[in-house]
Amino acid sequence: MNSAVLTATREVTTANVTGRSRERTPGSLLFLGLLWFSLFFGVMVLVVLIVDTVLSGAPRFDSALVTRYDSTLFPERTGFRAGILGTVWLMLTTAVLAVPLGIAAAVHLEEFADPRRSWNRFIEVNLQNLAAVPAIVYGLLAVAVMAVLGFQRKGIVLGGAVALALLILPVIIITTREALRAVPEEIRSGSLALGATRWQTTWKQTLPSAVPGIATGTILGLSRAIGEAAPLLLLGIAGAVRFDPAGLTSPVTALPIQIYFMTSQSQESYQQAASAAIVVLLVMVLALNALAIFIRNKFQRRW
Amino acid sequence: MSQRPATLTASGTTLSDSLDGYLDRLTGPVSGRSRDLPEQPPTPVMTARDLNVFYGGFHAVHDVNLSFGRNEITALIGPSGCGKSTVLRCLNRMNDLVPAARVDGAVTYHDVDIYGPRVDPIQVRRHIGMVFQKPNPFPKSIYDNVAYGPRVTGMKVDDMDALVERALRGAALWDEVKDKLKQSAYGLSGGQQQRLCIARTIATSPDVILMDEPCSALDPIATSRIEDLMLQLREDYTIIIVTHNMQQAARVSDRTAFFTARPDETTGDRTGQLVEFAPTRKIFSTPADPRTEAYISGRFG
Repeated sequence: MNSAVLTATREVTTANVTGRSRERTPGSLLFLGLLWFSLFFGVMVLVVLIVDTVLSGAPRFDSALVTRYDSTLFPERTGFRAGILGTVWLMLTTAVLAVPLGIAAAVHLEEFADPRRSWNRFIEVNLQNLAAVPAIVYGLLAVAVMAVLGFQRKGIVLGGAVALALLILPVIIITTREALRAVPEEIRSGSLALGATRWQTTWKQTLPSAVPGIATGTILGLSRAIGEAAPLLLLGIAGAVRFDPAGLTSPVTALPIQIYFMTSQSQESYQQAASAAIVVLLVMVLALNALAIFIRNKFQRRW
Repeated sequence: MSQRPATLTASGTTLSDSLDGYLDRLTGPVSGRSRDLPEQPPTPVMTARDLNVFYGGFHAVHDVNLSFGRNEITALIGPSGCGKSTVLRCLNRMNDLVPAARVDGAVTYHDVDIYGPRVDPIQVRRHIGMVFQKPNPFPKSIYDNVAYGPRVTGMKVDDMDALVERALRGAALWDEVKDKLKQSAYGLSGGQQQRLCIARTIATSPDVILMDEPCSALDPIATSRIEDLMLQLREDYTIIIVTHNMQQAARVSDRTAFFTARPDETTGDRTGQLVEFAPTRKIFSTPADPRTEAYISGRFG
């Protein structure tokens, strides 16, 4: 009897170690196959897309691509200098507008607002909805904002940044709240029990502990904004800008806009240039994501 | 101190014979026995009068009357859910942080009602410090953990290094950490972290220290060091400790308050109430209330 139990135990252990067990029925194998197929399908589409873009853009991986302006005379030497600089300007302005506002809103909701008040619950529900609003709606809103503020010129840095900031504000608020919520309550109690005020506790304990999460959320929000073309189109941001942006009210273009206009041209050279520009945009997004991962790992804390 | 008493089992079989025998088996400093104390604290630092606590509609604590003597250790004991931690958290207004918590009655500190209209809870907590169940050092260096309190409370400190050393010495931690003050507090062991939390609390020079089951997350050796530390701290501070461990109450406390939960006749809520408050020696040898006797002899709870 005893040895039978022992043998059974040994079998189970072996099964666990080798990953084999009697649960490998045809049904579960089929399901496993389906899972593998789904994964393969998703990854494959992405790989094909990237490889195709890189191959068709390959002839244009030269310095002219990033140093020259858009050219109609020499399509084979057209460049994206204005678009790259414009995107950088737009991203920085968007970050300056959205990050402080988003973090402040999240801190209020998470640390100070009384969750029992009905209006706070109302705001919470709406934040989730705002994150799902199509980008073009934020473009319309930004057009209205710029009109109310009295800006006559269209397609300027500030207008685009307002649209993108509105777009990523809900994302920043939601991820910052998650990061604040992950800070253990004991840290707050410990600080308050020493006679610190709520404000000191937030400023000196909660926020610094939440920095990795906040930074990651912010950067992921920005990398969503970097690829947006629709709201910028609504704001009248042009594709053919042949100078560097010089300030917040300077006309500007952006990489997604230029790519959009260039892919609608029939010349082969423009198609190649557009593919090459997509690769540039991908590299920028990857760089932002790499920065997010770096910050998260560098400042990560264990509790 | 080399020999610790046998672990108290839930069934209480180790002390079923006699309470006196139980006390005799305790080793180490049994302060409750070593000091002859009057029935009530002669010079109370804090007093709770007709204290009632509600969480929303839930009546958590009913009519508690207690006074806490200067330079004494008072233990609050009782089964889970008897309101002892709730009472403790009322004493420095940490219950204010729980939404929907309501406190009725009076808690006086040096004859000032800390729930009075013009009292700032921040000021209350600067005088009445607290150590929590789970060691909760800040994600900072050991030095900054200790210096945090004096910094945020705006204490005028001439020499922060000296203050940090004094606090760490006071918590019997200095010799272990003096060479790594700039290192993260998370590198310390659980017992060291808890002593760091005590150092952090005494750095702001409080008058009273509240401890909410400070040893429940620690191993027996770390527990015994914290208990020794409590007896040292008693010379300078008034200590109020919630503990699940009756042997701990017997070992360190001067007075013991025994709480129990009583189901409400109408709502069925289990409302905590104070059963008996007396010098620890008396509680563990000749308890007045049969419920106290039943609890400490391990027959319930």
